[in-house]
Amino acid sequence: MGFTRLTARSRVSFPAHALCVFICIFLVTPAHSETATPEDIGLNIARDARAREEGFGNFTAQQAMVLRNRHGQESRRQLRVKVLEAQEDGDKSLFVFDEPRDVRGTALLVHAHRESADDQWLYLPALKRVKRISSSNRSGSFMGSEFAYEDMTAQAVEKFSYRYLRDEPCGDLTCSVTERLPTDKKSGYSRQVVWRDRDELRAWKVEYYDRKDAHLKTLTLENYEQHLDRYWRAGVMTMVNHLTGKSTVLTWTDYRFGTDLQARDFTKTGLKRVR
Amino acid sequence: MPIRMILRCVPLAAAWILAPVFSGNVVAQIETGEISGRLSVEGRWFPKTGAHSGQRAHGSGIVAEPKLYVEDVRGRSFTLAPFFRFDAGDKRRTHVDLREACFLFFGEVRNQEWEVRLGVDRVFWGVTESRRLVNIVNQIDLVEHPYKEPTLGQPMVHLTLSGDWGAVEMFGMTGHRPRTFPGRSGRLRFPLIVDNERVSYESDAGRWHPDVAVRYSRSAGNMDVGISGFDGNSRDPLLLPDVDRKGLPVLLPQYERIRQVGLDAQLTSGSWLFKIEALGRAGARDRRGVEVEYVASTMGGEYTFYSVIGSAADLSLIGEWNYDGRGRNATNIFQNDLFLAARLAFNDVRSTEALGSMMDDFDTTTRVLTFELNRRISGRFSVRLEAIALLDVDPADLSYASRRDSFVELNLIYNH
Repeated sequence: MGFTRLTARSRVSFPAHALCVFICIFLVTPAHSETATPEDIGLNIARDARAREEGFGNFTAQQAMVLRNRHGQESRRQLRVKVLEAQEDGDKSLFVFDEPRDVRGTALLVHAHRESADDQWLYLPALKRVKRISSSNRSGSFMGSEFAYEDMTAQAVEKFSYRYLRDEPCGDLTCSVTERLPTDKKSGYSRQVVWRDRDELRAWKVEYYDRKDAHLKTLTLENYEQHLDRYWRAGVMTMVNHLTGKSTVLTWTDYRFGTDLQARDFTKTGLKRVR
Repeated sequence: MPIRMILRCVPLAAAWILAPVFSGNVVAQIETGEISGRLSVEGRWFPKTGAHSGQRAHGSGIVAEPKLYVEDVRGRSFTLAPFFRFDAGDKRRTHVDLREACFLFFGEVRNQEWEVRLGVDRVFWGVTESRRLVNIVNQIDLVEHPYKEPTLGQPMVHLTLSGDWGAVEMFGMTGHRPRTFPGRSGRLRFPLIVDNERVSYESDAGRWHPDVAVRYSRSAGNMDVGISGFDGNSRDPLLLPDVDRKGLPVLLPQYERIRQVGLDAQLTSGSWLFKIEALGRAGARDRRGVEVEYVASTMGGEYTFYSVIGSAADLSLIGEWNYDGRGRNATNIFQNDLFLAARLAFNDVRSTEALGSMMDDFDTTTRVLTFELNRRISGRFSVRLEAIALLDVDPADLSYASRRDSFVELNLIYNH
């Protein structure tokens, strides 16, 4: 089936993941082998999802986040995202912050790696300083939102163990429900459960369970659009934290694939050129 | 002087803007144009009366930092970023600077990337937190802050070539910027006022001496390394006692011609950052006025505890040791000092961040404590609180002159 398209690519980059973490993990294969274990099916779904994301080349997009606390108070984040697909290693990503205004022009460069920890550099425009930062803060909040860094960044398929649970209706579609357990000790989660439709392998819902196995967060994905006749991208991602009552709505707009982005835009010299 | 610098840039700016006009497609050329910036209202309070006559107990003022950015369809850009400070307490602290007025071009040739920056710009080299040891391209704007070493704009041509092998940067600079110093009513100064109207240079070419710098930098795995060289007018002045036109004693700044090699490196491993900066310098005179070759270094590390005690906050502990081979004849306060700091980032919606630090001199009793708190109060406004305490300042220490200048500062910042 789709498994023949598998490659050695094991890591999608930071933004690609933000776009498709949910897509990548829960691939439902239309026909499961009679003898396959739930673990085999779950892994094959994850691999097939990854394979479907390959070949996009590069893209840029705008991200808007609305952070809400339990009293309904809101604050906004606005950023630009640029992603370059890499052939032999993880993708390269650049995030430029436009809002809040006090961090305007601050930029984060991520070189994802398949085997080792990611490389991350932060550009601070007030000092014109490029600072290499640690990438080990997996479970920390991304810009004060309900998205953790590990929710935003891609993870190698091999860094989880999988288990196919069941098929069930989700809206007008039929979804396969799969569970995945992170093997990374720095992850803040004990497990995640993902709903993915069987037709296009789009993720529609993800439940996150913390280290005490309490249901910490739920992500729902909406407004899917297809780009380049192939790549499905959710336009709205809503993360609700059940323990704090806080939520974050992440809206993606202005997708552009096949731009003139090049490797030089993802170097430390290129990082200093962002505005 | 900044005015003169602005004037010098006008022809360049005019040429760049007029070129597309003459080519008849100005509208198509400029793709992005935006104005951003900061406006800050600040108040500084010194609890103790000054050690020198005429010093005020308060410093309050306004800082404006507008920024214009224009980019054409090919990504070439021009940035204009002037800086204005008005200080009600010290007229020498009231100053204007051109932080940036810079054209940027870049492209590729034979799979190598090139980049040219032409105009007034600022450059940052280095990795450590306690001081900017190897960072030499730009002069320090000392009146802005006694320890943070903010910098003045420097006219330069800056060429970068880069590839998989790393990046080589070459700098040609002229129009030396003298360091800024507080005036008579200002705090954090020497007993005598520094007279920046009478700056002298060892080089016959004076401030127009062509300074050159080169830097090679590379990221390889978890290592980031930079090696740099500099030949030109020193950024650190020697202050010589003299009298001004009224016969009052003053200090006259003199800038030697120096040569410097520098190294900066950082190893990033898990939650650890290991850092070192080192330099060797020749041509500079020490505190006795004797020309010596010397080495200086800053080394240490930073460790971050993520999500401390079940919260979203990150706690970073920083330790660095500053060393200067000239010992007590060093012309700065970093001759043998331990820097310890703790940074608490709350990772909340308002990006609240607190930093406390201590600089402890091994050779004298001097100890400097700092505390800083930053917080956003809305989408556009943020607030910053800072306190600096100078404790047991040793009479042999350079900072003895500012022993009574501990202060508390509050800033309200509007970000556009």
